[in-house]
Amino acid sequence: METLTKPASTDSEASAAKQVKPKWPNGLWKTVKDQKFLLLMSLPFVIWVFIFNYLPLWGWTMAFQNYKPAKTFTEQKWVGFEHFIELFSDERFYLVLRNTLAMSLMGLLVGFVAPIFFAILLNELRGTIFKRTVQTVSYLPHFVSWVVVAGIVTKMLSTDGGIINDILIGLHIINEPIQFMAQGNLFWYIVTASDLWKEMGWNAIIYLAAITGISQELYEASRVDGASRWRQMWHITLPGIRSTISVLFIMSIGHLISIGYEKQFLLGNSLVTDYSEVLDLYALNYGLQMGRYSYGTAIGIFNSVVSVILLFVANGLFKKFTKESIM
Amino acid sequence: MSVKAFNATKSEKVFDIANFILMGIILTVTLYPFLNVLAISLNDSTDTVRGGIYLWPREFTLENYKTIFQYDGLIQGAKISFARTIIGTLLGLLSSSMLAYTLSRPDFKIKKFVSTFLALTMYFSGGLIPGYILMKDLHLIGTFWIYILPMMVSAFNVFVIRSFIDGLPYALQESAKLDGANDLTIYYKVILPLCKPVLATIALFLAVGQWNAWFDTYLYNGSKPELTTLQYELMKVLQSTQQGGSNVNANDLAQQMAQVSPESIRMAITIVVTLPILVVYPFLQKYFVGGMTLGAVKA
Repeated sequence: METLTKPASTDSEASAAKQVKPKWPNGLWKTVKDQKFLLLMSLPFVIWVFIFNYLPLWGWTMAFQNYKPAKTFTEQKWVGFEHFIELFSDERFYLVLRNTLAMSLMGLLVGFVAPIFFAILLNELRGTIFKRTVQTVSYLPHFVSWVVVAGIVTKMLSTDGGIINDILIGLHIINEPIQFMAQGNLFWYIVTASDLWKEMGWNAIIYLAAITGISQELYEASRVDGASRWRQMWHITLPGIRSTISVLFIMSIGHLISIGYEKQFLLGNSLVTDYSEVLDLYALNYGLQMGRYSYGTAIGIFNSVVSVILLFVANGLFKKFTKESIM
Repeated sequence: MSVKAFNATKSEKVFDIANFILMGIILTVTLYPFLNVLAISLNDSTDTVRGGIYLWPREFTLENYKTIFQYDGLIQGAKISFARTIIGTLLGLLSSSMLAYTLSRPDFKIKKFVSTFLALTMYFSGGLIPGYILMKDLHLIGTFWIYILPMMVSAFNVFVIRSFIDGLPYALQESAKLDGANDLTIYYKVILPLCKPVLATIALFLAVGQWNAWFDTYLYNGSKPELTTLQYELMKVLQSTQQGGSNVNANDLAQQMAQVSPESIRMAITIVVTLPILVVYPFLQKYFVGGMTLGAVKA
């Protein structure tokens, strides 16, 4: 930007001055002494992050070994890609991958779109007390644990006294209560709906904030032009929060495959396991509970690599369409 | 937002009414399950079996609550849950605010390195099993500290606080420096008091995270009754009675509960586990709405 207003020569002068300027103008030791408190306040936590976030990466070597907990690193037997080959030839793996992707995509689709519309519609609500009540209540489920949510969902869907069955029977849509939690083909929908119930209000916060940032003049001008509320939402509010939407979309794509295991673990049971098992649970069951550490680590690596690829692809697409980047 | 009422046409009125109804439905769907759980927990447990409890208890009683507080597992779980919430929140606040302060200082020489080092952790993790092996090698399994240490520094929290500090006038720090304050004093006396809103937000995130955690107990301390947490106890009770069997081995409390665990009692535990959060979050709402926005825009 500055080059537009300044002659080109100052730019090269500045960079020449930059080259002359030493990195440690006062000497390394003096700088360390001057900033000793800053170093003291940050370095311990850098070491912390190294131990708890970076050291586990070292554990990835396990996937290429036949890891035995009793042996030291040099004593482990290296096996190359054997565990990955075994993983890719396991039928269960593809089933689990299907479940992971299905639930991620459904969650992305529903869980991403619903908060946007909720925020826009909530913003259109008149009467501030009602609006504030809806907003406050909508955050509530975000703050309770998945354990509680799973309990609530199970209760609401249960065959004795579950409200959903009661309503469906009351409306004569069904005659017999449905055993929702025991039907594999319903599991993905139950997870998606539970997630929506838990997080919709919370995820709408950021859109509500973005909507507040849209200039009121735009609305007034469009009203003068005779735009209806629908048109205002469609042509002002939605475009007004477009950049927020795209940033959040890229971020959620990055997390697409690492959807976690909490919901699936808590809502699942032995009857629906063909639909409920996801990569992380697969790694847990095979890796930890059967003691196959190397195999479990290979699953984890697959998981990480795919999410990083997705993140780059999403960011690349984003760059192409908007000429911006979030990374 | 401030659409004037006299401008409303007929179709806008229809829209308003439809929108009002839709929001009313969302309100009901969100709130009803909690009220239902509360009603069942306050209803006589043998009467509950007959079903049909919706919003009000039919035979009001506090017996269920009396019963669950007689189980040692629950009392022990409550102690550990409170301890990890308080200690975890305090240590988490300390670490993220200190780091955030150093990263907000433009003259800090290794600022760039530290913030990249931190930011990278938001995109990858070692995964379940390398994490487990690390905890084992650090001898943290079977200790209380496994609830605190691994979660102490979070890059996201650091960046949220940093962008808040970036918004404060730097002149404040410079004048404090002229008065002879060192960096530690500035952090403690100048920055921290000004950061109260964002610290309240982060404190809520940390506290909720700690209070709601159950998987670490399951994974690392499942065989240690003295390190059990409320969420884990609830998880065991709910899983052991779930339709279609469960994938956990119910032991002690869960078994006792499952045998005598009428629905009312399970719901009473659910309320006990949920209540502390319900009491706190409405008061912190104004902070976290601001904090969320800050975090997502800048981080």
